[in-house]
Amino acid sequence: MSKREMTTREPVQSAIEELDLVRSEGASELLRELVSHLRQNRTQLREEWVSRITEARLLTAMTKDEIFAEATSVYDSYVEALETGTFEALQSYSRNLSERIIPRGVETHEVVGIVLLLRDVLARSLFAKYQSDFMKLNRILDAYEPAANRIANTVAVGFVQERERVIRQQQEAIRELSTPVLQVRERLLILPIIGVIDPQRARQLTEQLLRGIRTNRAKVVVIDITGVAAMDVTVANHLVQTVEASRLLGATVIVTGLSPEIAQTLVTIGVDLGKMNTVGDLQGGIEQAERLLGYKVVGLRQSA
Amino acid sequence: MEVPVLKQGEVLIATFQAALSDADLKSLRSNLIAQVVKLRSRGVIVDVTAMDVMDSFASRTLREIAQMIRLRGAETVIVGIQPDVAFAMVQLGLTLEGVVTALDLEEGLAYLTNKFKNIA
Repeated sequence: MSKREMTTREPVQSAIEELDLVRSEGASELLRELVSHLRQNRTQLREEWVSRITEARLLTAMTKDEIFAEATSVYDSYVEALETGTFEALQSYSRNLSERIIPRGVETHEVVGIVLLLRDVLARSLFAKYQSDFMKLNRILDAYEPAANRIANTVAVGFVQERERVIRQQQEAIRELSTPVLQVRERLLILPIIGVIDPQRARQLTEQLLRGIRTNRAKVVVIDITGVAAMDVTVANHLVQTVEASRLLGATVIVTGLSPEIAQTLVTIGVDLGKMNTVGDLQGGIEQAERLLGYKVVGLRQSA
Repeated sequence: MEVPVLKQGEVLIATFQAALSDADLKSLRSNLIAQVVKLRSRGVIVDVTAMDVMDSFASRTLREIAQMIRLRGAETVIVGIQPDVAFAMVQLGLTLEGVVTALDLEEGLAYLTNKFKNIA
C-alpha cells in the first residue's frame, strides 16, 4: 500500500488534531496507515486476540460467543479511537461494558489484561508487517504507542470508575438501611442504632431523625444504642448535638442502652451528658416516653 | 420589614415572614415586650418557620426576647425551627438554652394552653 493512496482517504484531519500526542504531519499519516492496516486485518487480528484471551484464562465468567461479540466491539471502537483521536465513544462504550460485566464478577485485572493483550496482538502484527523496514517500524510505533497507552488507560479507568460507582451506591443503600426511624406510637419515634458510628453516619442519622421528627410530628424520641460497641469523642459530641437539635424542634430525646464500656468512656473523656435524658434499656425508655406523652399501658386482664 | 404581632386569646403570636435584618429583630423585641403587658398576654409564640438561616444575632435576640418576656410575667415558645436550621444552630453552639421550643404553631399553642390550665 503506497502512501499516496492513504492520503486520498476521507479527511480525518480535524479529528486527528485533537490527539495532542500526535502533532506532526508525518505522524498523522502514519496513524492513518496504521488504522487502515488494522481495518484490513480486522478478522484475523480479532480472532487472534480472542484466542489469546481464552489462552490466558481471562473473562472466564463469560461464554466464548460473548467474548467474541464484546471483542469485536472493543476492537472496532479501539480502531476508531486510534483514527479519530477522540476517546469519548470508547469511554462510554467501556463504561457500558463495565456496567454489564461487573455484576458477573469480572475482575479489574481481567479487563486490564485483555486491553494489554489487544495492544500486544496489534503491536506484533505491526512487527510482522514492517520487519524489513526498521526505521519505518520505529516511526509507526512512535505514533501507535502513545495512542494505545491512552486507550488502555481510558478503558481501565472507565472500568475502575464504574466499580467505584457501584460500591458507592451500595454503601449508600447500606447506610440508608442502617438508620431506620420508626414510629411506635402516635408522636413517639424510636431510632435503634446498630454497629459502628463514624462521623458521616452520625451526620446522616441526625438528618434522618430531624426529618422524621418533622414528618411524624414527634414529641418524644428514644435513641437506642444497645447495638453500638464503642463511641469516641466526636460521635459522643454528635449525639449531644442531635439531642439539642431535636429539642429545638420541640422533641424530647431519651437515650437508652448505654453499655458499661461506653458509660465509662464518656465519663473518662469528659463529654457532658448532663443535658441528656438516659434510661437503662429500651423498655424503660419506651415506658418513660409513654409517661411523657400521657399514655398508660394496662394489661387486658388487670383492667377487666 | 415589620413582623406582624397577632393577639389570640391570652397569647401573642409573632410570625416571621422572611429573613430579618438586625434592626427588624430589635424592633420586634421592643414591640413584643411593650405589647405583652399592655394586652395582658400570658404567653408569646415566635414562629420562625420562614427563616432558613439563623445567625448568632438572631439566636441571641430570640433568647433575650424569651428572658425579657419572662421578667414581664409571660412565657415564650419558639416554634417552627427547620431541621436544617436546627442542625446548623447546634453546630454553631446556638442552642437557645432555657428557651421552650415546639414543632409548629399548633404545638406551641397546645403547650401554652396546657400550661395555663395547670397554673389556673
